[in-house]
Amino acid sequence: MSADTDVEALRRQGRIVVVGASLAGLRAAETLREKGFTGSLTMIGDEPYEPYDRPPLSKQALLGRARPEDTALPRRRDIDAEWRLGVAAEGLDRDARQVRLANGDTVPYDRLLITTGTRARPWFHPEEAALDGVFVLRTRDDCARLHRKLTGGVSRVLVIGAGFTGSEVASVCRELGLEVTVVERGPAPLVGALGGVIGAVADRLQRKKGVDLRCGISVTALEGDDVGRLRRAHLSDGSAVDVEVAIVSLGAMRNTEWLAGSGVAAGARGIACDAGCRAFDVNGIVTDDIYAAGDVARSPHPLFDYQFLALEHWGNAVEQAEIAAHNMICSSPERRPHLWLPMFWSSQFGVNIKSVGVPSLGDQLVVTQGTLAEDRFVAVYGYRGRVIAAAAFDGAKWMGFYEQQIAAGAPFPPEYGTVDRRTGTLQAVDPGFPDPHLPTHGPTVTLTGHSPSERRVEFVPSHA
Amino acid sequence: MRLVVDLNRCQGFAQCVFLAPDVFALHGDEALLFSPRFDEAHRDRVEKAAAACPVQAILVDYSDEPTKGVEPHVG
Ligand SMILES: Cc1cc2nc3c(=O)[nH]c(=O)nc-3n(C[C@H](O)[C@H](O)[C@H](O)COP(=O)(O)OP(=O)(O)OC[C@H]3O[C@@H](n4cnc5c(N)ncnc54)[C@H](O)[C@@H]3O)c2cc1C
Ligand code: SF4
Repeated sequence: MSADTDVEALRRQGRIVVVGASLAGLRAAETLREKGFTGSLTMIGDEPYEPYDRPPLSKQALLGRARPEDTALPRRRDIDAEWRLGVAAEGLDRDARQVRLANGDTVPYDRLLITTGTRARPWFHPEEAALDGVFVLRTRDDCARLHRKLTGGVSRVLVIGAGFTGSEVASVCRELGLEVTVVERGPAPLVGALGGVIGAVADRLQRKKGVDLRCGISVTALEGDDVGRLRRAHLSDGSAVDVEVAIVSLGAMRNTEWLAGSGVAAGARGIACDAGCRAFDVNGIVTDDIYAAGDVARSPHPLFDYQFLALEHWGNAVEQAEIAAHNMICSSPERRPHLWLPMFWSSQFGVNIKSVGVPSLGDQLVVTQGTLAEDRFVAVYGYRGRVIAAAAFDGAKWMGFYEQQIAAGAPFPPEYGTVDRRTGTLQAVDPGFPDPHLPTHGPTVTLTGHSPSERRVEFVPSHA
Repeated sequence: MRLVVDLNRCQGFAQCVFLAPDVFALHGDEALLFSPRFDEAHRDRVEKAAAACPVQAILVDYSDEPTKGVEPHVG
Protein backbone atom coordinates (compact mmCIF):
# COMPACT_ATOMS: atom_id res chain seq x y z
CA MET A 1 0.00 0.00 0.00
CA SER A 2 1.37 3.43 -0.85
CA ALA A 3 1.56 6.14 1.77
CA ASP A 4 -1.23 8.02 0.03
CA THR A 5 -3.73 5.17 0.21
CA ASP A 6 -2.82 4.93 3.90
CA VAL A 7 -3.79 8.53 4.36
CA GLU A 8 -7.03 7.96 2.49
CA ALA A 9 -7.92 4.98 4.68
CA LEU A 10 -7.01 6.97 7.77
CA ARG A 11 -9.27 9.85 6.78
CA ARG A 12 -12.15 7.50 6.09
CA GLN A 13 -11.94 5.01 8.92
CA GLY A 14 -8.96 5.76 11.11
CA ARG A 15 -9.10 6.11 14.87
CA ILE A 16 -8.01 9.44 16.29
CA VAL A 17 -7.67 9.95 20.01
CA VAL A 18 -7.30 13.36 21.64
CA VAL A 19 -6.00 13.45 25.21
CA GLY A 20 -6.85 16.75 26.93
CA ALA A 21 -10.39 17.92 26.22
CA SER A 22 -9.95 21.67 26.40
CA LEU A 23 -9.37 24.55 24.00
CA ALA A 24 -6.70 22.94 21.81
CA GLY A 25 -8.39 19.53 21.86
CA LEU A 26 -11.77 20.91 20.82
CA ARG A 27 -10.43 23.12 18.05
CA ALA A 28 -8.38 20.22 16.68
CA ALA A 29 -11.41 17.92 16.70
CA GLU A 30 -13.49 20.49 14.84
CA THR A 31 -10.74 20.95 12.28
CA LEU A 32 -10.44 17.21 11.72
CA ARG A 33 -14.13 16.96 10.87
CA GLU A 34 -13.99 20.13 8.76
CA LYS A 35 -11.22 18.57 6.71
CA GLY A 36 -13.23 15.47 6.04
CA PHE A 37 -12.10 13.05 8.69
CA THR A 38 -14.92 10.51 9.03
CA GLY A 39 -13.28 7.92 11.26
CA SER A 40 -13.75 7.54 14.99
CA LEU A 41 -12.78 10.35 17.31
CA THR A 42 -12.34 9.97 21.07
CA MET A 43 -11.91 12.91 23.43
CA ILE A 44 -10.32 12.07 26.77
CA GLY A 45 -10.34 14.64 29.56
CA ASP A 46 -9.74 14.38 33.28
CA GLU A 47 -12.06 17.27 34.09
CA PRO A 48 -15.77 16.34 34.22
CA TYR A 49 -16.69 19.23 31.91
CA GLU A 50 -16.86 19.80 28.23
CA PRO A 51 -14.19 22.22 26.93
CA TYR A 52 -14.42 25.66 28.48
CA ASP A 53 -12.65 28.96 28.16
CA ARG A 54 -10.04 29.80 30.80
CA PRO A 55 -9.16 33.49 30.33
CA PRO A 56 -12.47 34.68 31.87
CA LEU A 57 -11.66 32.72 35.03
CA SER A 58 -9.26 35.42 36.22
CA LYS A 59 -11.35 38.25 34.79
CA GLN A 60 -15.13 38.48 34.34
CA ALA A 61 -15.95 35.14 36.01
CA LEU A 62 -13.87 35.91 39.10
CA LEU A 63 -15.44 39.33 39.22
CA GLY A 64 -18.91 37.80 39.17
CA ARG A 65 -19.91 39.26 35.81
CA ALA A 66 -20.21 35.75 34.33
CA ARG A 67 -20.65 32.40 36.01
CA PRO A 68 -17.70 29.99 35.80
CA GLU A 69 -20.08 27.23 34.66
CA ASP A 70 -21.14 29.38 31.73
CA THR A 71 -17.72 29.46 30.08
CA ALA A 72 -18.21 26.33 27.94
CA LEU A 73 -16.68 27.13 24.56
CA PRO A 74 -18.92 27.75 21.57
CA ARG A 75 -18.59 25.00 19.02
CA ARG A 76 -17.82 25.66 15.41
CA ARG A 77 -19.50 22.45 14.34
CA ASP A 78 -20.63 19.09 15.60
CA ILE A 79 -17.62 16.84 16.06
CA ASP A 80 -19.42 13.54 16.58
CA ALA A 81 -16.94 12.26 19.14
CA GLU A 82 -16.97 9.75 21.90
CA TRP A 83 -16.30 11.72 25.09
CA ARG A 84 -14.47 10.12 27.98
CA LEU A 85 -14.62 12.84 30.60
CA GLY A 86 -13.67 12.78 34.24
CA VAL A 87 -10.98 10.18 33.63
CA ALA A 88 -7.26 10.85 33.20
CA ALA A 89 -4.97 9.22 30.68
CA GLU A 90 -2.34 7.45 32.73
CA GLY A 91 -0.03 5.86 30.25
CA LEU A 92 0.89 5.49 26.62
CA ASP A 93 1.96 2.28 24.91
CA ARG A 94 3.52 3.24 21.61
CA ASP A 95 4.06 -0.33 20.43
CA ALA A 96 0.46 -1.34 20.96
CA ARG A 97 -0.69 2.15 19.95
CA GLN A 98 -2.98 2.61 22.87
CA VAL A 99 -3.67 5.05 25.67
CA ARG A 100 -4.25 3.66 29.14
CA LEU A 101 -6.84 5.35 31.32
CA ALA A 102 -6.93 5.71 35.10
CA ASN A 103 -9.88 3.33 35.30
CA GLY A 104 -7.93 0.59 33.55
CA ASP A 105 -9.52 0.97 30.12
CA THR A 106 -7.32 1.16 27.07
CA VAL A 107 -8.13 3.23 24.01
CA PRO A 108 -6.47 2.28 20.71
CA TYR A 109 -5.43 4.90 18.18
CA ASP A 110 -3.97 5.30 14.71
CA ARG A 111 -3.16 8.94 15.42
CA LEU A 112 -2.84 10.49 18.86
CA LEU A 113 -3.06 14.19 19.67
CA ILE A 114 -1.78 15.32 23.05
CA THR A 115 -3.27 18.55 24.40
CA THR A 116 -2.94 18.01 28.13
CA GLY A 117 -1.91 21.63 28.76
CA THR A 118 -0.57 22.83 32.08
CA ARG A 119 -1.72 23.02 35.66
CA ALA A 120 -1.12 25.64 38.31
CA ARG A 121 2.14 25.31 40.22
CA PRO A 122 1.09 24.53 43.80
CA TRP A 123 2.50 26.15 46.93
CA PHE A 124 5.82 24.43 47.61
CA HIS A 125 4.95 23.28 51.13
CA PRO A 126 2.19 20.61 50.90
CA GLU A 127 0.85 21.04 54.44
CA GLU A 128 0.62 24.81 54.05
CA ALA A 129 -0.90 24.38 50.60
CA ALA A 130 -3.67 22.29 52.16
CA LEU A 131 -4.74 25.09 54.55
CA ASP A 132 -8.29 26.32 54.13
CA GLY A 133 -7.95 29.63 52.30
CA VAL A 134 -5.02 28.74 50.03
CA PHE A 135 -6.00 28.72 46.36
CA VAL A 136 -4.62 28.31 42.87
CA LEU A 137 -6.52 29.39 39.77
CA ARG A 138 -6.58 27.21 36.69
CA THR A 139 -9.92 25.45 36.43
CA ARG A 140 -13.60 26.29 36.46
CA ASP A 141 -13.88 24.75 39.92
CA ASP A 142 -10.93 26.80 41.21
CA CYS A 143 -12.65 29.94 39.97
CA ALA A 144 -16.02 29.08 41.50
CA ARG A 145 -14.45 28.32 44.87
CA LEU A 146 -12.30 31.41 44.88
CA HIS A 147 -15.13 33.69 43.83
CA ARG A 148 -17.29 32.32 46.64
CA LYS A 149 -14.51 32.95 49.11
CA LEU A 150 -13.75 36.47 47.89
CA THR A 151 -17.38 37.50 48.10
CA GLY A 152 -17.99 35.72 51.40
CA GLY A 153 -16.81 38.44 53.72
CA VAL A 154 -13.01 38.26 53.72
CA SER A 155 -11.08 41.41 54.38
CA ARG A 156 -7.47 40.92 53.31
CA VAL A 157 -6.19 38.83 50.48
CA LEU A 158 -2.65 37.82 49.61
CA VAL A 159 -1.57 37.19 46.05
CA ILE A 160 1.71 35.32 45.73
CA GLY A 161 3.38 36.20 42.43
CA ALA A 162 2.70 39.17 40.15
CA GLY A 163 2.74 37.56 36.74
CA PHE A 164 -0.30 37.94 34.51
CA THR A 165 -2.64 35.71 36.50
CA GLY A 166 -1.60 37.12 39.87
CA SER A 167 -1.95 40.69 38.63
CA GLU A 168 -5.38 39.97 37.16
CA VAL A 169 -6.52 38.41 40.42
CA ALA A 170 -5.22 41.41 42.37
CA SER A 171 -7.12 43.69 40.04
CA VAL A 172 -10.36 41.77 40.59
CA CYS A 173 -9.84 41.89 44.36
CA ARG A 174 -9.51 45.67 44.27
CA GLU A 175 -12.65 45.90 42.20
CA LEU A 176 -14.48 43.79 44.74
CA GLY A 177 -13.34 46.29 47.33
CA LEU A 178 -10.91 43.95 49.07
CA GLU A 179 -7.60 44.88 50.62
CA VAL A 180 -4.92 43.03 48.72
CA THR A 181 -1.24 42.45 49.31
CA VAL A 182 0.81 41.24 46.36
CA VAL A 183 4.19 39.69 47.05
CA GLU A 184 6.53 39.34 44.09
CA ARG A 185 10.04 37.98 44.18
CA GLY A 186 11.12 39.94 41.10
CA PRO A 187 11.70 43.71 41.05
CA ALA A 188 8.25 44.51 39.57
CA PRO A 189 5.03 42.92 38.35
CA LEU A 190 5.08 41.30 34.86
CA VAL A 191 8.85 41.61 34.80
CA GLY A 192 9.47 38.10 33.50
CA ALA A 193 7.18 38.59 30.53
CA LEU A 194 7.71 42.26 29.65
CA GLY A 195 10.89 43.36 31.45
CA GLY A 196 11.65 45.91 34.14
CA VAL A 197 10.89 49.05 32.12
CA ILE A 198 7.28 48.02 31.46
CA GLY A 199 7.19 46.31 34.85
CA ALA A 200 7.72 49.72 36.45
CA VAL A 201 4.55 50.96 34.74
CA ALA A 202 2.60 47.94 36.04
CA ASP A 203 4.07 48.62 39.47
CA ARG A 204 2.83 52.22 39.46
CA LEU A 205 -0.58 51.13 38.16
CA GLN A 206 -1.07 48.60 40.95
CA ARG A 207 -0.11 51.05 43.68
CA LYS A 208 -2.32 53.74 42.19
CA LYS A 209 -5.24 51.31 42.43
CA GLY A 210 -4.53 50.65 46.07
CA VAL A 211 -2.62 47.37 45.94
CA ASP A 212 -0.16 46.83 48.77
CA LEU A 213 2.60 45.70 46.43
CA ARG A 214 5.80 44.27 47.83
CA CYS A 215 8.48 43.46 45.28
CA GLY A 216 11.89 41.95 45.70
CA ILE A 217 10.72 39.72 48.53
CA SER A 218 9.02 36.36 48.78
CA VAL A 219 6.58 34.53 50.99
CA THR A 220 8.48 32.11 53.17
CA ALA A 221 5.67 30.39 55.07
CA LEU A 222 1.90 30.27 55.40
CA GLU A 223 0.57 29.84 58.90
CA GLY A 224 -2.78 28.35 59.87
CA ASP A 225 -4.79 28.21 63.08
CA ASP A 226 -5.54 25.00 64.97
CA VAL A 227 -8.50 24.12 62.75
CA GLY A 228 -6.44 24.46 59.59
CA ARG A 229 -7.53 27.87 58.38
CA LEU A 230 -5.02 30.27 56.87
CA ARG A 231 -4.22 33.11 59.26
CA ARG A 232 -0.89 34.68 58.41
CA ALA A 233 1.85 34.82 55.80
CA HIS A 234 5.51 35.28 56.65
CA LEU A 235 7.72 37.20 54.26
CA SER A 236 11.43 37.09 53.54
CA ASP A 237 11.97 40.62 54.88
CA GLY A 238 10.96 39.40 58.32
CA SER A 239 7.48 40.92 58.23
CA ALA A 240 4.13 39.10 58.35
CA VAL A 241 0.67 39.84 56.95
CA ASP A 242 -2.59 38.66 58.47
CA VAL A 243 -4.65 37.11 55.67
CA GLU A 244 -7.55 34.71 55.29
CA VAL A 245 -7.01 34.03 51.60
CA ALA A 246 -3.84 33.43 49.59
CA ILE A 247 -3.85 32.90 45.86
CA VAL A 248 -0.74 31.11 44.70
CA SER A 249 0.11 32.47 41.25
CA LEU A 250 3.51 31.03 40.61
CA GLY A 251 3.05 29.94 37.04
CA ALA A 252 2.22 26.63 35.48
CA MET A 253 3.58 23.11 35.16
CA ARG A 254 3.16 21.05 32.03
CA ASN A 255 1.03 17.93 32.25
CA THR A 256 3.49 15.42 30.86
CA GLU A 257 4.02 12.99 33.76
CA TRP A 258 1.57 10.49 32.29
CA LEU A 259 3.93 10.06 29.34
CA ALA A 260 6.83 8.88 31.51
CA GLY A 261 8.36 5.74 30.07
CA SER A 262 6.40 6.02 26.82
CA GLY A 263 9.41 7.00 24.75
CA VAL A 264 7.93 10.36 23.79
CA ALA A 265 10.23 13.36 24.33
CA ALA A 266 8.14 14.80 27.13
CA GLY A 267 9.44 16.53 30.22
CA ALA A 268 8.97 19.47 32.52
CA ARG A 269 9.38 21.89 29.62
CA GLY A 270 6.70 20.23 27.55
CA ILE A 271 6.55 17.84 24.63
CA ALA A 272 9.19 18.53 22.01
CA CYS A 273 7.76 18.44 18.53
CA ASP A 274 8.66 19.59 15.04
CA ALA A 275 7.08 22.65 13.43
CA GLY A 276 4.42 20.30 12.04
CA CYS A 277 3.34 19.36 15.60
CA ARG A 278 4.70 15.81 15.35
CA ALA A 279 6.15 14.76 18.69
CA PHE A 280 9.78 13.66 18.92
CA ASP A 281 10.71 10.45 20.62
CA VAL A 282 13.42 10.46 23.28
CA ASN A 283 16.08 9.95 20.61
CA GLY A 284 15.02 13.10 18.79
CA ILE A 285 13.40 11.13 15.97
CA VAL A 286 10.08 12.45 14.84
CA THR A 287 7.11 10.13 15.40
CA ASP A 288 4.57 10.03 12.65
CA ASP A 289 1.50 9.15 14.66
CA ILE A 290 1.79 11.29 17.80
CA TYR A 291 1.09 15.01 17.74
CA ALA A 292 1.03 17.72 20.38
CA ALA A 293 -0.57 21.16 20.52
CA GLY A 294 -1.34 23.98 22.95
CA ASP A 295 0.27 24.77 26.29
CA VAL A 296 1.91 21.35 26.54
CA ALA A 297 3.85 21.58 23.26
CA ARG A 298 7.13 23.23 22.36
CA SER A 299 8.47 23.54 18.87
CA PRO A 300 11.24 25.29 16.92
CA HIS A 301 10.60 28.67 15.32
CA PRO A 302 12.80 30.12 12.57
CA LEU A 303 12.11 33.73 13.59
CA PHE A 304 13.68 33.05 16.95
CA ASP A 305 16.84 31.26 15.85
CA TYR A 306 15.07 27.90 15.75
CA GLN A 307 14.85 27.88 19.49
CA PHE A 308 11.99 25.83 20.86
CA LEU A 309 9.07 28.04 21.75
CA ALA A 310 6.74 27.04 24.55
CA LEU A 311 3.66 29.21 24.78
CA GLU A 312 0.87 29.49 27.30
CA HIS A 313 -1.33 31.53 25.06
CA TRP A 314 -4.93 31.10 24.05
CA GLY A 315 -4.29 32.05 20.43
CA ASN A 316 -1.43 29.59 20.15
CA ALA A 317 -3.61 26.74 21.40
CA VAL A 318 -6.16 27.48 18.67
CA GLU A 319 -3.68 27.86 15.82
CA GLN A 320 -1.45 24.96 16.75
CA ALA A 321 -4.46 22.69 17.16
CA GLU A 322 -5.60 23.53 13.66
CA ILE A 323 -2.18 22.82 12.18
CA ALA A 324 -1.85 19.56 14.12
CA ALA A 325 -5.27 18.40 12.97
CA HIS A 326 -4.48 19.23 9.37
CA ASN A 327 -1.13 17.45 9.43
CA MET A 328 -2.51 14.36 11.17
CA ILE A 329 -4.62 13.43 8.18
CA CYS A 330 -2.33 14.60 5.35
CA SER A 331 0.40 13.10 3.27
CA SER A 332 3.78 14.65 3.95
CA PRO A 333 3.97 17.16 1.04
CA GLU A 334 0.71 18.73 2.21
CA ARG A 335 1.80 19.25 5.78
CA ARG A 336 2.05 22.79 7.06
CA PRO A 337 4.31 24.30 9.72
CA HIS A 338 3.07 26.04 12.84
CA LEU A 339 4.95 29.31 12.57
CA TRP A 340 2.56 31.49 14.48
CA LEU A 341 3.78 34.71 15.99
CA PRO A 342 3.19 34.60 19.71
CA MET A 343 0.37 36.91 20.72
CA PHE A 344 -1.16 37.50 24.09
CA TRP A 345 -3.59 39.77 25.91
CA SER A 346 -4.36 40.51 29.51
CA SER A 347 -6.64 43.00 31.17
CA GLN A 348 -6.03 44.33 34.62
CA PHE A 349 -6.75 47.52 36.54
CA GLY A 350 -8.85 48.71 33.62
CA VAL A 351 -5.93 48.51 31.17
CA ASN A 352 -5.81 46.34 28.07
CA ILE A 353 -2.35 44.81 27.82
CA LYS A 354 -1.22 43.12 24.64
CA SER A 355 1.98 41.66 23.40
CA VAL A 356 3.14 40.18 20.14
CA GLY A 357 6.43 38.42 19.40
CA VAL A 358 8.90 37.35 22.07
CA PRO A 359 9.59 40.33 24.35
CA SER A 360 11.91 38.36 26.62
CA LEU A 361 14.35 37.91 23.74
CA GLY A 362 14.64 41.70 23.44
CA ASP A 363 17.95 43.37 24.19
CA GLN A 364 16.66 46.91 23.57
CA LEU A 365 13.39 48.76 23.88
CA VAL A 366 11.90 51.99 22.54
CA VAL A 367 8.54 53.59 23.19
CA THR A 368 7.06 54.37 19.78
CA GLN A 369 3.62 55.64 20.73
CA GLY A 370 2.38 57.47 23.78
CA THR A 371 4.54 57.65 26.87
CA LEU A 372 5.19 55.35 29.78
CA ALA A 373 4.10 58.11 32.16
CA GLU A 374 0.55 58.09 30.78
CA ASP A 375 0.06 54.32 31.14
CA ARG A 376 -0.89 54.35 27.49
CA PHE A 377 1.82 53.39 25.05
CA VAL A 378 3.34 50.94 22.64
CA ALA A 379 6.85 49.69 23.34
CA VAL A 380 8.90 47.89 20.72
CA TYR A 381 11.59 45.36 21.58
CA GLY A 382 14.71 44.89 19.48
CA TYR A 383 16.96 41.89 19.19
CA ARG A 384 20.29 42.19 17.39
CA GLY A 385 19.06 45.07 15.28
CA ARG A 386 15.63 43.80 14.32
CA VAL A 387 12.16 44.21 15.73
CA ILE A 388 11.34 41.12 17.79
CA ALA A 389 8.28 42.07 19.85
CA ALA A 390 5.90 44.81 20.85
CA ALA A 391 3.81 45.38 23.96
CA ALA A 392 0.98 47.83 24.39
CA PHE A 393 -0.98 49.27 27.27
CA ASP A 394 -4.29 50.40 25.76
CA GLY A 395 -2.78 50.37 22.28
CA ALA A 396 -4.43 47.32 20.72
CA LYS A 397 -4.92 48.98 17.36
CA TRP A 398 -1.19 48.97 16.76
CA MET A 399 -0.60 45.28 17.27
CA GLY A 400 -1.36 44.26 13.68
CA PHE A 401 1.24 46.70 12.40
CA TYR A 402 3.95 45.39 14.71
CA GLU A 403 3.04 41.83 13.91
CA GLN A 404 4.00 42.60 10.31
CA GLN A 405 7.18 44.38 11.38
CA ILE A 406 8.28 41.35 13.41
CA ALA A 407 7.42 38.90 10.66
CA ALA A 408 9.39 40.99 8.17
CA GLY A 409 12.40 41.27 10.48
CA ALA A 410 12.16 45.09 10.27
CA PRO A 411 15.24 46.97 11.48
CA PHE A 412 15.53 48.10 15.08
CA PRO A 413 15.43 50.84 16.21
CA PRO A 414 12.53 51.57 13.87
CA GLU A 415 13.36 53.91 11.01
CA TYR A 416 10.22 56.00 11.36
CA GLY A 417 9.96 58.69 14.04
CA THR A 418 7.49 58.00 16.80
CA VAL A 419 4.18 57.44 15.09
CA ASP A 420 2.35 60.02 17.14
CA ARG A 421 5.28 62.46 16.78
CA ARG A 422 5.56 63.11 20.49
CA THR A 423 9.31 62.89 20.63
CA GLY A 424 11.89 63.64 18.01
CA THR A 425 14.30 60.79 18.55
CA LEU A 426 13.73 57.28 19.72
CA GLN A 427 15.83 56.50 22.71
CA ALA A 428 16.57 52.82 22.98
CA VAL A 429 16.98 51.48 26.51
CA ASP A 430 17.67 48.12 28.09
CA PRO A 431 14.26 46.46 28.60
CA GLY A 432 15.42 45.12 31.97
CA PHE A 433 14.76 41.41 31.91
CA PRO A 434 15.84 39.44 34.94
CA ASP A 435 18.20 36.52 34.59
CA PRO A 436 16.35 34.13 32.24
CA HIS A 437 17.29 31.21 34.43
CA LEU A 438 15.13 32.47 37.26
CA PRO A 439 11.65 31.05 36.99
CA THR A 440 8.96 33.44 35.82
CA HIS A 441 5.23 33.06 36.07
CA GLY A 442 2.04 33.92 34.30
CA PRO A 443 1.09 32.88 30.80
CA THR A 444 4.01 33.99 28.72
CA VAL A 445 6.54 32.98 26.16
CA THR A 446 9.51 30.81 26.94
CA LEU A 447 12.40 29.87 24.76
CA THR A 448 13.15 26.38 25.86
CA GLY A 449 16.13 25.57 23.73
CA HIS A 450 19.54 26.36 25.10
CA SER A 451 22.67 27.67 23.61
CA PRO A 452 24.86 24.92 22.12
CA SER A 453 27.84 26.48 23.88
CA GLU A 454 26.36 25.57 27.24
CA ARG A 455 27.04 22.08 28.41
CA ARG A 456 24.22 21.00 30.67
CA VAL A 457 23.97 17.26 30.55
CA GLU A 458 26.23 14.39 29.96
CA PHE A 459 25.00 12.45 27.01
CA VAL A 460 25.36 8.70 27.07
CA PRO A 461 23.93 7.12 23.94
CA SER A 462 22.83 3.53 24.24
CA HIS A 463 23.74 1.08 21.49
CA ALA A 464 21.47 -1.55 20.12
CA MET B 1 -26.09 30.10 23.45
CA ARG B 2 -22.42 30.70 23.81
CA LEU B 3 -19.83 33.03 22.51
CA VAL B 4 -16.16 33.73 22.75
CA VAL B 5 -14.17 36.73 21.56
CA ASP B 6 -10.70 36.29 20.17
CA LEU B 7 -9.17 39.09 22.20
CA ASN B 8 -5.94 38.91 20.25
CA ARG B 9 -7.87 40.17 17.27
CA CYS B 10 -10.19 42.54 19.11
CA GLN B 11 -9.03 46.13 18.84
CA GLY B 12 -11.58 47.61 21.19
CA PHE B 13 -13.64 49.33 18.52
CA ALA B 14 -16.67 48.82 20.79
CA GLN B 15 -19.08 48.14 17.94
CA CYS B 16 -20.32 45.12 19.85
CA VAL B 17 -20.71 47.12 23.05
CA PHE B 18 -22.84 49.62 21.19
CA LEU B 19 -25.05 46.95 19.61
CA ALA B 20 -25.40 44.48 22.49
CA PRO B 21 -24.58 46.30 25.73
CA ASP B 22 -25.98 43.53 27.92
CA VAL B 23 -23.51 41.04 26.54
CA PHE B 24 -20.41 43.12 25.83
CA ALA B 25 -18.85 45.82 27.99
CA LEU B 26 -15.67 47.83 27.93
CA HIS B 27 -13.58 47.76 31.03
CA GLY B 28 -11.57 50.93 31.06
CA ASP B 29 -10.74 52.45 27.68
CA GLU B 30 -10.39 49.36 25.56
CA ALA B 31 -10.41 46.09 27.50
CA LEU B 32 -13.46 44.06 26.48
CA LEU B 33 -15.50 41.90 28.85
CA PHE B 34 -18.23 39.65 27.48
CA SER B 35 -20.80 37.20 28.83
CA PRO B 36 -19.80 33.79 27.48
CA ARG B 37 -23.42 32.67 27.73
CA PHE B 38 -26.52 34.60 26.66
CA ASP B 39 -30.17 33.75 26.14
CA GLU B 40 -32.70 33.98 23.34
CA ALA B 41 -33.69 37.52 24.29
CA HIS B 42 -30.25 38.76 23.19
CA ARG B 43 -29.93 36.68 20.08
CA ASP B 44 -30.71 39.41 17.56
CA ARG B 45 -28.39 41.87 19.14
CA VAL B 46 -25.52 39.39 19.42
CA GLU B 47 -26.01 38.46 15.78
CA LYS B 48 -25.71 42.11 14.80
CA ALA B 49 -22.69 42.61 17.03
CA ALA B 50 -20.87 39.62 15.57
CA ALA B 51 -21.59 40.83 12.05
CA ALA B 52 -20.50 44.38 12.83
CA CYS B 53 -17.18 43.55 14.47
CA PRO B 54 -14.62 45.06 12.09
CA VAL B 55 -12.07 42.34 12.80
CA GLN B 56 -14.55 39.45 13.00
CA ALA B 57 -13.36 38.44 16.43
CA ILE B 58 -16.66 37.12 17.79
CA LEU B 59 -17.48 33.41 17.52
CA VAL B 60 -21.09 32.54 18.35
CA ASP B 61 -22.82 29.20 18.81
CA TYR B 62 -26.59 29.62 18.80
CA SER B 63 -27.40 26.13 19.93
CA ASP B 64 -28.14 25.68 23.58
CA GLU B 65 -27.72 21.97 24.02
CA PRO B 66 -24.73 20.49 25.70
CA THR B 67 -22.31 19.02 23.20
CA LYS B 68 -23.75 15.82 21.82
CA GLY B 69 -22.46 12.76 23.57
CA VAL B 70 -20.95 14.65 26.47
CA GLU B 71 -21.76 12.98 29.71
CA PRO B 72 -19.74 14.04 32.67
CA HIS B 73 -18.17 11.35 34.82
CA VAL B 74 -18.26 8.75 32.06
CA GLY B 75 -15.08 7.23 33.42
C1 LIG C 1 -6.87 31.93 34.74
C2 LIG C 1 -6.29 31.93 33.35
C3 LIG C 1 -6.29 33.10 32.59
C4 LIG C 1 -5.77 33.12 31.30
N1 LIG C 1 -5.79 34.28 30.60
C5 LIG C 1 -5.27 34.32 29.35
C6 LIG C 1 -5.27 35.52 28.60
O1 LIG C 1 -5.73 36.56 29.06
N2 LIG C 1 -4.74 35.50 27.35
C7 LIG C 1 -4.21 34.36 26.81
O2 LIG C 1 -3.72 34.40 25.66
N3 LIG C 1 -4.19 33.20 27.49
C8 LIG C 1 -4.70 33.17 28.76
N4 LIG C 1 -4.69 31.98 29.46
C9 LIG C 1 -4.04 30.80 28.86
C10 LIG C 1 -5.00 29.94 28.04
O3 LIG C 1 -6.16 29.70 28.75
C11 LIG C 1 -4.29 28.65 27.67
O4 LIG C 1 -3.23 28.97 26.83
C12 LIG C 1 -5.19 27.63 27.00
O5 LIG C 1 -6.20 27.22 27.87
C13 LIG C 1 -4.39 26.42 26.54
O6 LIG C 1 -5.25 25.43 26.05
P1 LIG C 1 -4.83 23.90 26.02
O7 LIG C 1 -6.00 23.20 25.43
O8 LIG C 1 -3.50 23.76 25.39
O9 LIG C 1 -4.59 23.48 27.53
P2 LIG C 1 -5.56 23.51 28.80
O10 LIG C 1 -6.61 24.54 28.63
O11 LIG C 1 -4.66 23.57 29.99
O12 LIG C 1 -6.28 22.10 28.76
C14 LIG C 1 -5.68 20.87 29.03
C15 LIG C 1 -6.74 19.91 29.48
O13 LIG C 1 -6.18 18.59 29.59
C16 LIG C 1 -6.59 18.01 30.80
N5 LIG C 1 -5.61 16.97 31.18
C17 LIG C 1 -4.37 17.15 31.71
N6 LIG C 1 -3.76 15.96 31.90
C18 LIG C 1 -4.62 15.01 31.48
C19 LIG C 1 -4.57 13.59 31.41
N7 LIG C 1 -3.48 12.90 31.80
N8 LIG C 1 -5.65 12.93 30.93
C20 LIG C 1 -6.75 13.60 30.51
N9 LIG C 1 -6.84 14.95 30.55
C21 LIG C 1 -5.80 15.64 31.02
C22 LIG C 1 -6.64 19.18 31.76
O14 LIG C 1 -7.41 18.91 32.89
C23 LIG C 1 -7.28 20.24 30.86
O15 LIG C 1 -8.67 20.17 30.86
C24 LIG C 1 -5.21 31.93 30.76
C25 LIG C 1 -5.21 30.76 31.51
C26 LIG C 1 -5.74 30.74 32.80
C27 LIG C 1 -5.72 29.47 33.60
S1 SF4 D 1 -16.60 44.96 17.82
FE1 SF4 D 1 -14.98 43.46 17.63
S2 SF4 D 1 -13.09 44.64 17.79
FE2 SF4 D 1 -14.74 45.93 18.53
S3 SF4 D 1 -14.74 45.64 20.76
FE3 SF4 D 1 -16.23 44.21 19.87
S4 SF4 D 1 -15.06 42.34 19.54
FE4 SF4 D 1 -13.60 43.97 19.83
